[in-house]
Amino acid sequence: MKKDETSDFDPGHSPFILDPSSFPFHPSTFIPFKLSSHPMQPTLFSSIHLTVSQLTFRIRKLLEGDLEMQDVWVEGEISNLSRPASGHVYFTLKDKNASLRCVMWKTDAARLRINLQDGMAIEAHGKITVYEPQGQYQLAVNIIQPRGEGALYQEFLRLKAMLESEGLFDVERKRPIPQLPNKIGIVTSQTGAALRDMLNTLRRRLPLAQVLLAPSPVQGVDAPPALVKALQLLNHQLPDVILLARGGGSIEDLWAFNDERVVRAVAESKAPIICGVGHETDFTLCDFSADLRAPTPTAAAELATQTTVDDLSTQLTHHAARITDLTLNLLAEQKALISSVTARLKYVSPERRIQSEYQHLDELSRRAFSALTHRIQLQTSTVNGMSKRLQSLNPEGVLSRGYAIITRKDDGAVVSKVSQAHGEMNVRVSDGEFEVISKT
Amino acid sequence: MAKASAKKSEKPVEELSYEEALAELEGIVESLEDGQSQLEESMKLFERGQALVTHCGALLESAQLKVQKLAGESLVAFEEESE
Repeated sequence: MKKDETSDFDPGHSPFILDPSSFPFHPSTFIPFKLSSHPMQPTLFSSIHLTVSQLTFRIRKLLEGDLEMQDVWVEGEISNLSRPASGHVYFTLKDKNASLRCVMWKTDAARLRINLQDGMAIEAHGKITVYEPQGQYQLAVNIIQPRGEGALYQEFLRLKAMLESEGLFDVERKRPIPQLPNKIGIVTSQTGAALRDMLNTLRRRLPLAQVLLAPSPVQGVDAPPALVKALQLLNHQLPDVILLARGGGSIEDLWAFNDERVVRAVAESKAPIICGVGHETDFTLCDFSADLRAPTPTAAAELATQTTVDDLSTQLTHHAARITDLTLNLLAEQKALISSVTARLKYVSPERRIQSEYQHLDELSRRAFSALTHRIQLQTSTVNGMSKRLQSLNPEGVLSRGYAIITRKDDGAVVSKVSQAHGEMNVRVSDGEFEVISKT
Repeated sequence: MAKASAKKSEKPVEELSYEEALAELEGIVESLEDGQSQLEESMKLFERGQALVTHCGALLESAQLKVQKLAGESLVAFEEESE
């Protein structure tokens, strides 16, 4: 290519290919002007003529055909950032000596998790493309991360792969989170907003709970050993669940939660752990080794209180209604049972028997009475007969035939001889008595 | 179940934690559902159940998040910063 400037490029537009070494081969003998003293001058008789479009297309083919240019990380500072309504993002990446136009298409821009700003040092990944209408080459960016993140990310991936192969993140290792925890452990910074958010959430959702706070720094070199120690101390208190949390921050701020010691301590915890570090888009290795990942500290507190005080109230009301219903039913059943037993009792009761006995008795007594009456009548007539006969034998019967009985009044003696008669005497005749006085 | 709750019920209701009271209450509901108890026993269970409901309700009403801080192996009250 260098030896044959006539082949690919119009030398007038590509001065850099006018390598002086090519001049000896130039057909300069046909040129009336001495050109060698001005190497940047165009050759008059270049054999190639292209349109702008054709050339630009060639450049494009050249750049876009280079595989290394299609998968490249570039680092630099953002400038001329522009986000028009189209949703695409345009900026220029600069360093001390050069600049590179960049575009991030809408779909990739939507996945950005950092807020781009002019002056921000970033690492951008993408491919070189050529925008033909403007004759510009540019980097079509699909990933942007803060500068320095790349190395951390590599370390993250290495550690993740290692711990994963150990089985530390296995689903079988995950323990269930209790529905209604009594003791809730918290490992976080004593001063952060994360703690306040979690306590507010717990207070609102489950004020019955007891919270045990094991404070620990959550960033910096001291954080990993302190977090490990806090987890161990907290486990001695036998909490039902532990919330490991930290508010949002840069990836460096969250790095303690990617520390191997901390990740292992989380896996080893006796109490199940809910990890809520950073924001929804942040993933740390503790998220993987924990029993449950929460997108934020607040969400961690919510996941730890799946049963809230409202649920408990509802449940209590339900139980109260249930025991009342059951007891009322029981009483109704018992009442029904009593009615049924009473009916059966009546059926088999001795009452009927007693009645028939009464009847029998009545009959007996009637029979006894009539027998008695009969006997009495018999007896009466016998007595009457006897009485008549007795009547006939009665001495007083004689009186009716004109005889009289005379008794002395003084001593009541019967006077049957003259000699016995003296003084006043009673004469008894058939229908009464009268007095007489003896003259003797 | 009836026997288990009868055994538990020896503890006065006021001394039970929410969890204990709730567990016992659930036991009572189950016993009553079984319908195996004598009437007198059932009425006792019901009364005990009502006392448990009242107790649990009072605990829910008055509950205040208790926050303690770990200082080494011991626990101290944790004072939240005022907001």
